[in-house]
Amino acid sequence: MTHYIIRRLLFAVPTLIAISFILFALLDLAPNDPTGQLPLTIPAEAREQIRESLGLGEAFHIRYAKWMEQFFVNEPLNLIERAFGVEIGASEERLRVRSWATRSPVVDLIIERLPQTLWVVGLSYLIGILIAIPIGIVSAYRQYSWFDQLGTFVSMIGFSVPTFFTGLLAIIVFSVTLQWLPSIYDTTHRVTDLSSFWVQIKQMAMPVMVLALFNAAQISRFMRAAVLDNLTQDYVRTARAKGLRERIVLFIHVLRNSLIPVVTLIALGIPTVFGGAIITEKIFRVNGIGELLITAIQGADIPLVQTLSFLFAVLIVIFNLIADVLYGILDPRIRYG
Amino acid sequence: MIGKCAITLAIAALAVAMLSTTALAERGRDGQLKILYWQAVSTVNPYLSGGTKDIEAASLVLEPLARYDETGTMTPALAADIPTVENGGVAADLMSITWPLRQDIVWSDGTPFTAADVVFSAEYCLNEEMGCNPLSSFTDVTKVEALDDHTVRINFGVAKPFPYGPFVGSTSPILQKAQFETCTGAKAQTCTEQNFRPIGTGPFKVDEFRANDVIIFSANENYREPDKPAFATVTFKGGGDATSAARAVLSTGEFDYAWNLQIEPEVLEQMVANGKGQVVAGFGTMVERLVVNQTNNSPDLSKDKRSLHLDGTNPHPFLSDPAVSRALSLAIDRQILVDFGYGAAGQATCNVLPAPPVYASNANDACMTQNIEEANRILDEAGWLPGDDGVRERDGVRLSILYQTSTNSVRQGTQALIKQMWGQIGVETELRNIDAAVFFGGDPASPDTYMKFYADIQMYTNNFDGVDPEAYMANWRCSEIPGPENQWLGGNIARACNAEYDALAAEMAVTASLDERAAIGKRMNDIIVQNQYVIPLIWRARVSAHANTLKGVRVNPWDSELWNIADWHR
Repeated sequence: MTHYIIRRLLFAVPTLIAISFILFALLDLAPNDPTGQLPLTIPAEAREQIRESLGLGEAFHIRYAKWMEQFFVNEPLNLIERAFGVEIGASEERLRVRSWATRSPVVDLIIERLPQTLWVVGLSYLIGILIAIPIGIVSAYRQYSWFDQLGTFVSMIGFSVPTFFTGLLAIIVFSVTLQWLPSIYDTTHRVTDLSSFWVQIKQMAMPVMVLALFNAAQISRFMRAAVLDNLTQDYVRTARAKGLRERIVLFIHVLRNSLIPVVTLIALGIPTVFGGAIITEKIFRVNGIGELLITAIQGADIPLVQTLSFLFAVLIVIFNLIADVLYGILDPRIRYG
Repeated sequence: MIGKCAITLAIAALAVAMLSTTALAERGRDGQLKILYWQAVSTVNPYLSGGTKDIEAASLVLEPLARYDETGTMTPALAADIPTVENGGVAADLMSITWPLRQDIVWSDGTPFTAADVVFSAEYCLNEEMGCNPLSSFTDVTKVEALDDHTVRINFGVAKPFPYGPFVGSTSPILQKAQFETCTGAKAQTCTEQNFRPIGTGPFKVDEFRANDVIIFSANENYREPDKPAFATVTFKGGGDATSAARAVLSTGEFDYAWNLQIEPEVLEQMVANGKGQVVAGFGTMVERLVVNQTNNSPDLSKDKRSLHLDGTNPHPFLSDPAVSRALSLAIDRQILVDFGYGAAGQATCNVLPAPPVYASNANDACMTQNIEEANRILDEAGWLPGDDGVRERDGVRLSILYQTSTNSVRQGTQALIKQMWGQIGVETELRNIDAAVFFGGDPASPDTYMKFYADIQMYTNNFDGVDPEAYMANWRCSEIPGPENQWLGGNIARACNAEYDALAAEMAVTASLDERAAIGKRMNDIIVQNQYVIPLIWRARVSAHANTLKGVRVNPWDSELWNIADWHR
């Protein structure tokens, strides 16, 4: 197993380097300009100076090499310094990946935004899973019952109605009409006591629920299909023939086997949690990673887009590996050669 | 006994009343102010960002020497007085301006504000390596010197009839020398702490800054007026879109002020009907216009000919005929465009220079009313006759127009309406829209930028900062025509060349009297409009909304919208 993991990790290195090159080249070729968003009152000469000051005057390979150095050497060093409070070499002089819009280090921006993304998107993922798994099991066990029909209906809605619609609907109902919940997320809010905790719950309620509905819809369908698959297997018949109680058949035998594909699916979905939810974050102004990415794309903030999309690539590679390893742990029949 | 009681009560009431009046005059008495900008603020240093959102957020902290009020009148901020030729502040030869500074100003850290800060701010921007956004405010500045601690002289390389470029208005405020001293040149980019938390002289200071998200300001305890600002803190939230920003002020009442609400008029009206807030509009110099390509942009032409002026040897096959472009302008019902997409945020206009009032020409008002018959008559007379498919043609040239603009729902609606109007005079229109970041981006390799102008007509908005149109109008000179020799960086997008116009531009550059400048400006506007280099459509306003409980807002199209935030109160 260790052997397998090491081999996979080594194999990930060239994959990631290739990804980083493709990302860099694609963004470089895109017809986009960081001064494009500036008002037309800024004349051409000033724009030229701004572009120069952003380092756009240099050749492609030099900028790529610089970015590689900043991303793979300088930024990890900075993170180590930050985590352990030590200083390695001339940390002040080190070149950092800087956003063109804010001129601040990209890594700082990401760290600033991770909490709200993890809270809102992560919690919605968790709630989605907690809702989806029981629904999936019951739906499959009582296939074609009214509960199954209702579950199918709700997940179809969750699947097919986009979050920009459910989000807006929730705002109109709960913020505009009922005035129960705030429509704008306050990222500076700090939970210090019970009442501020309540405020936090209130401001997270809508975005979390909107996203949870979407996630639950997806996972519950998978769960239902996996349980259905297993219910017709020979080992279930054997278990029942042995006289095991239905509860044990379902929750010990069937559930464990049905979870294998679902756990993989959940693990593969975790990178999207870090990636944030672009639309939901935008609607509720959660201003997490997803919102950071879309603003960067719109503003042609290339270093930020490069770094974020590359980080997503890293996460996807890592969680693919984790999913594969989990697969083996859940199903001892699988062996890695 | 009863009388005594009443007197005591009256005295007590009086005392309470007095107490509350003194309490009223206290700084920070109205608590929190919540402002929503749907484009989030990226930096608080306006020298590093030309974005309106960043400049306006910074205007809470950083102040210029003088600013414009809501009527476009210059009022002193950090200066003690506005220098003019009459009071001797502007040199008789117009080569320098001497600003007297207020002596009672301290920065929010308690240190005094001096001429050294002004001199430093100029050097900071003029450093070529820093990529200074308001560089155009410093055009022709040769030297900025401190005559004493509270007097600054700005010297120009040429005679400047309008010397109020540097440090007037929120685009070029004064930075504190002590804070930014180590941040000059290429280092300006790396001074994150300074750029995010500049020390200023304004009514507020930055407490917390989260890039592209939110800023928390608190009242500056060293602000020069002891009873201001009325708000103790300002939460300056960003992100989302214009419609939901309007909703947060007008429907849910979560925020007090929302900026730049360019949304469908009927949506806005519905929200106002909730009675929680109001919409305010300020008309500056923004004009949504059609730019008419004077050069041939046929895709069959090679790269070294397409949409290039080539000293007038490459004229447009039909738009260079004044009859055609006049007919195009006459066929447009501008009021319908206003009603459809702008509402209170726009007015029909026939001028590229609609304001300040002294510069507004009324020679072109005939275009305000749509006149299809007249347009048809002009085209018939010029020999453009309808062909088999109803599209007019002459000598094998069809009146078929490629009309492009940036991607934006109001613009696409306007395009569709205009296409229909032009259909009525036998002109065929093909519509195209391009993502704003590409269209307005300056990539010389891209064929889709507005500077390349590979289309017959394109639509966008332009304006100028402040109240003086000299630099703006100079854009339509022959020398400003974009082309490969200047990397397509000229401002004469229509590619029009008019000798009379160039002469007027040169005259304006040496004329100091406001009346004469206004006369020249009007004449220049008339040349552009009457030759149809540009077909003006809509004079656009800045539109914002504020809660009914928020008092003191005076919407200002000439400077930062938040220019008088020190006076805002509940």
